Amino acid sequence: MTEPLLSIHHISKTFPMARNFRDVVTRSPRQTLRALRDVSLTVRPGEVVGVVGESGCGKSTLGRCIAGLETPEHGDMLWQGAPISAGENRRTRARHIQMVFQDPYASLNPRMTLGQTLEEVLRVHGLAGDAARRRERVDELMLMVGLAPALKERLPHTISGGQRQRICIARALAAEPQLIVADEPVSALDASVQAQIINLLEDLRAKLNIALIFIAHDLNVVRHISDRVAVMYLGEIVETAAAEALFTRPLHPYTRGLLAAIPIPDPKRRTSVPSVEGEIPDPLSPPIGCGFSTRCSHVIHPCRVRHPDLHQTGEHGVRCLNPAATRPFADPGSVYPATGNQ
Amino acid sequence: MSAAHNTLAVEHLRVTFGKAPNAATAVDDVSFEIRQGEVFGLVGESGCGKSVTCRSLIQLFGGSRPSAMTGSISFEGRNLAALQPKDLVKVRGSEIAMIFQDPMTALNPTMKVGRQIEEGLRQHEKLSARQAREKAITLLKSVGVMAPERRLDSYPHAFSGGMRQRVLIAIALACRPKLLIADEPTTALDVTVQDQILKLILKLRAEIGMAVLLVTHDLGVVAQTCDRVAVMYAGRIVELATTEQLFAKPSHPYTRALLNALPAHGGRGGRLQPIGGSPPSLAAPPPGCRFHPRCSLAIPACELQQPPLAAIQEGHSAACIRIGEPA
Repeated sequence: MTEPLLSIHHISKTFPMARNFRDVVTRSPRQTLRALRDVSLTVRPGEVVGVVGESGCGKSTLGRCIAGLETPEHGDMLWQGAPISAGENRRTRARHIQMVFQDPYASLNPRMTLGQTLEEVLRVHGLAGDAARRRERVDELMLMVGLAPALKERLPHTISGGQRQRICIARALAAEPQLIVADEPVSALDASVQAQIINLLEDLRAKLNIALIFIAHDLNVVRHISDRVAVMYLGEIVETAAAEALFTRPLHPYTRGLLAAIPIPDPKRRTSVPSVEGEIPDPLSPPIGCGFSTRCSHVIHPCRVRHPDLHQTGEHGVRCLNPAATRPFADPGSVYPATGNQ
Repeated sequence: MSAAHNTLAVEHLRVTFGKAPNAATAVDDVSFEIRQGEVFGLVGESGCGKSVTCRSLIQLFGGSRPSAMTGSISFEGRNLAALQPKDLVKVRGSEIAMIFQDPMTALNPTMKVGRQIEEGLRQHEKLSARQAREKAITLLKSVGVMAPERRLDSYPHAFSGGMRQRVLIAIALACRPKLLIADEPTTALDVTVQDQILKLILKLRAEIGMAVLLVTHDLGVVAQTCDRVAVMYAGRIVELATTEQLFAKPSHPYTRALLNALPAHGGRGGRLQPIGGSPPSLAAPPPGCRFHPRCSLAIPACELQQPPLAAIQEGHSAACIRIGEPA
């Protein structure tokens, strides 16, 4: 096995909530939101790790911690074996870990031409030598993401959403990264354009061997692109496995519910009952036991009182106390046992 | 099926925004009908005119009114396009109700949820305060809000996104409308909540017997909920079919390309097949078929004329001149 590029051990992140007037008067303590609870993850060179979950599950916070936009309170993050925040590694991270955001409209400076945006990265990191060489490199980057270099004089508002996301990817590539954290990179785009961007990310991975953390809520997209997948719920990883194993033999009841909730583009396979009832509990006061116990159809008494650990069997980890709930399905080919043809 | 009467029939609807030379025709010669009790899907990418079509039906355009709107919108025998504003107010919210994409902004943040539900009931059905309150409790219960007696006195900020969408559905259904217009009702929601809301709409449709116009960009949602579908591209309907027909035999090249661009539900299936280019500007659409610059089957004749919707089989038509040819 190759040495991991990035390994995260048991990191946690909390955000203090603002106290309103009533809290101050009643002297109630400041509440904290536990955005990440004991998250561990490794990324190997050139690997695509998908992170899925619903809004508020902590997947974006995880991405931001990795990219250095947030600092976790506990736990270690190692970059090629050495602590990520120590000395020289800080600069390494600034260059080798790049981020692509969800909204390509908001993540480009509206007053900078596309060429200037890319050149700035080269200048800041001292890459590509003198000005002439930098201009050449900008052309190269634009071609790499499938844009005509002639567009570099344009301002962001004159190009389409798909083109903007391409520029955001080019900006990430400009720093010659080894890991790109892509936070919902395609969810703001139309289906036809979405496919272009996914193909581009796959090509770049194959060509440049860049590892990718792909954060998304669209499970079909994640399944398509990822080697391994982590499913998050209420700030923790509830299941992690190789992509194929996770999608064909999901073990955690939440993963199964999530998979069954995807609307299948096939009118012959309709379902009439929602896959999971209820909604995510208030993250300010999560359940004492398993986070999913309030919605789980397999809930047993210990689930409500004891917090489950991530139980690892080989590559497949699952955080669930009820062994019956995590038994693989009889038919490994079917992901939707309870919701098939009716 | 032909015996069922139409709740809504739209004919040759054309909606233009702005003045020449910058006029953009957002909806161009759109015709379709929705039968009683039917879920009719309107699917397409952003900017294809699906939301404008919805808003034209009840002439609710917010800040940007169209500069011209022609065609007829026949609802239960009346032409909505010709109604006076004061008559339209009586239709909106009582016979035709609408739910919006963003449940975060569609509710009034300064008004208790209960009052927002009661408002329509008191306006249209002339219920007393007590009757309206009781009805509101029943409604909230029917859309799956727990402890409705207490929740009536909460403000919208105390509700999650899914719960707000449920409240909006309760408001929409308060007067038992004959037609519910749902404009991307689940796009802002998480996938498990989307699943719950879609199934709730289907359940209530069966109970009330209303027709539903469901706007979405997600073909999965169409397959799971709609009876019939219209696919829109650049302001025009390019394919019209029952859901079964559309997925069994997608006929317009755009529909086929859209289906091919989706990552396979069954898993990794090699490379995705995106549609090259991007949708055209509505102010200066390409001549002829609007999809031809991105179409892999385009021939020179496609540039010459706009193809009309032509029947392929009973209930299924597509606007492509190459439809009759062997694939």
